[in-house]
Amino acid sequence: MSEAEVVAAILWLALTAYAVLAGADFGGGVWELLATGPRAREQRRAVAEAMGPVWEANHVWLIFMIVGLFTAFPRAFGIVSLALYVPFTIALIGIVLRGAAFAFRAHGREAVGEVSAWGVAFGAASVVAPFFLATGVAAVASGSIRVAGDRLISDYTAGWTTPFALVLGLLAVAMCAYLAATYLMVETEGTPLEADFRRRAIAAGLVSGVLALGALFVAGQSGRYLVSALLGRGFPLLAVALINGPIALAAVWFSKPRIARFAVAAQVAFVLWAWIVGLWGYLIYPDVTVNEASAPSSTLTPLLVVIGVGMVFLLPSLWLLFRVFKSRNPAVALARFGQDK
Amino acid sequence: MPVSILSSDLDNLTLARATMGTSLGFHIVFAVLGVGMPLLMLVAEGLWLRTHDGVWLTLARRWSKAFGILFAVGAVSGTTLSFELGLLWPRFMAFSGAIFGLPFSAEGFAFFIEAIFLGLYLYGWDRLSPLAHWLTSIPIAVSGALSAVFVVMANAWMNSQGGFKLGRGGQLVYVDPVAAALNASTPTEDPHMLVSAYVVTGFVVAAVYAAGLLRGRDDSLHRRGLILGMSMAAVAIVLAGITGDSSARFIYQAQPAKFAAMEGLYKTQRDAPIHLGGIPSDSQHRVVGAIEIPGLLSFLAAFDTNAEVRGLDEFAPNLRPNPILVHLSFDTMAGLGIFIGLVALLFWILVVRTRQIPRRRLLLLAFVAAGPAAVIAMEAGWFVTEFGRQPWVVYGVLRTSDAATTAPALGLTFLVFFVIYAGLAVTTARLLLLQARKNRAAQ
Repeated sequence: MSEAEVVAAILWLALTAYAVLAGADFGGGVWELLATGPRAREQRRAVAEAMGPVWEANHVWLIFMIVGLFTAFPRAFGIVSLALYVPFTIALIGIVLRGAAFAFRAHGREAVGEVSAWGVAFGAASVVAPFFLATGVAAVASGSIRVAGDRLISDYTAGWTTPFALVLGLLAVAMCAYLAATYLMVETEGTPLEADFRRRAIAAGLVSGVLALGALFVAGQSGRYLVSALLGRGFPLLAVALINGPIALAAVWFSKPRIARFAVAAQVAFVLWAWIVGLWGYLIYPDVTVNEASAPSSTLTPLLVVIGVGMVFLLPSLWLLFRVFKSRNPAVALARFGQDK
Repeated sequence: MPVSILSSDLDNLTLARATMGTSLGFHIVFAVLGVGMPLLMLVAEGLWLRTHDGVWLTLARRWSKAFGILFAVGAVSGTTLSFELGLLWPRFMAFSGAIFGLPFSAEGFAFFIEAIFLGLYLYGWDRLSPLAHWLTSIPIAVSGALSAVFVVMANAWMNSQGGFKLGRGGQLVYVDPVAAALNASTPTEDPHMLVSAYVVTGFVVAAVYAAGLLRGRDDSLHRRGLILGMSMAAVAIVLAGITGDSSARFIYQAQPAKFAAMEGLYKTQRDAPIHLGGIPSDSQHRVVGAIEIPGLLSFLAAFDTNAEVRGLDEFAPNLRPNPILVHLSFDTMAGLGIFIGLVALLFWILVVRTRQIPRRRLLLLAFVAAGPAAVIAMEAGWFVTEFGRQPWVVYGVLRTSDAATTAPALGLTFLVFFVIYAGLAVTTARLLLLQARKNRAAQ
């Protein structure tokens, strides 16, 4: 593996962390919008409690990806920014509104009480952001963004407006909702809310499965490369995902929240990595490769040093954060949600 | 061919600059509070741990609540910037990423640490022991300051590029990103921005409590809030003066066009004067309506009234920054900086003499005014850096006009972000005021 490929692998790992962690935060927004039944208020409360301490840290994986990309692969970053100006700008608006609305609601609750408009803004923006990010990622992988030398020669709608990209956008939203619902099962273990989120997880899991199959049907010309990559080098990982998918759903079905949480997160990682391995070596398929588009080694080496030193501080800090907030005694959760009523 | 979604009368360069400027101008206020507030929270909570005086704890907890909102808005607007670097300036990033991306990557980690420990801090009041909780504020304050240090290194590189070589075809043949990060501007620009963050935080916090005192809320909470704010403000404004001075003298050496624009100096001359106020006029080659102090500019630039200062006329019109913007911004920064410096000086003289905080109405009004004045001074200083570097995005290498995106519908993007940021600013202010009212009701 070249140095550039090492950096690329680290960035894809960051993308995986973002998908598995921040994806669930977006999914929380979906369940904010779809909160129903006698416990709708408690459902929203559970989402807010689960996200509160961690969403900002989860969000930083995206920033890490972006700055890593423009440091190590500036040419590719420039081209992607140009080609996907529209979907990424819309996703960005979603990211800004999502975060601001969540903070306003969480910290404003005490001062002004519940403001449902912020809940709606938080929920809607949580759908918009992953949808458009995913259409953009689909465009990068679909071979629609074409580059000659340093110039973008495809247009500003290339790749992300195809039926294939749109279905992948929906799939991303459904997977976020699936992740969130299983994480929330753990957070609300032993309370009546667990059953609510179990039903939601099953629904989101089934919808995700249908959309994944649907994506194959509408793949057509634009998704052809991606599908062949998934069936080529990515196949072993895809096969694992195909086996893991039903296991994850079964864990949800039989109310094993902790197994479900792990299996659904693994499912997202397997699907992503089937794709990454399938298109290994490319940044923008088929014109921009990792090795050609990379910054010189004199940039990559110090970057790897910064990442190495940074991780020494980051990983223990992350461990502490999740240890304090995510290794909860179910009885505590029970007591807390009991008080809310 | 590119598809136009919304045609616009304004060109992409103007719209990209307007969008970037709006985003940065908005973000920078939250960013500087993100640097300064954690230090104040750390001090207040630390004083509570030592003295067990509940007023310190109340201060820390209230700041923690307000900071929860401020940090979130700062984080999302910062994310916007990292995307916008590419979305608005793809050619700038394609050129510069490999050279100045390193401090951005380091800033990413610093921001990571800040966000993680802020999560622990904000939500850990009831989960962590008092000491453990206080300890979480240390990495927030440290990484907040480091974030600023790293990100300003990248901006400094845009002022004093270096650390790379171009081949004949304009391609990068050699990069030294460490040298780029430690460029010639870094030693002066970086400290100045960092201390400015504490200046703004100190005066803004002091202003909040001075406003409470003005309304007759004369309790130990308000007095201590004012004292803590003014302590940070006083130390920082002195350092801001020192670092600002060394920054200006560096600019005199390294960016003569920016220096000339700051002072509206057209003719290269010895014994160059300072122009206080006034409007630089390109047609008359002088500053109209300014108060001139002969020789002072030469003296300040080189400690020698006989030193030669290069004027704008030495630079082709298309290689000059806009002297009206840069001069007025510079005078606004320096003028307000001196005003808030005097306010802090007066405050401490009176405190030391009378052993109590000043309560005269006019003085309290001045303390309140110093808050917004500090914010405006900081924004104006940033205007000097950015407008003063024009027409370059990377000084002497890449023009801003060559860096802008060719993407469509920039007008719409600008409009949407402008409306969103206006809405966020209003909502944040409203929420903080409501929070304050709620705090009083609970008291």
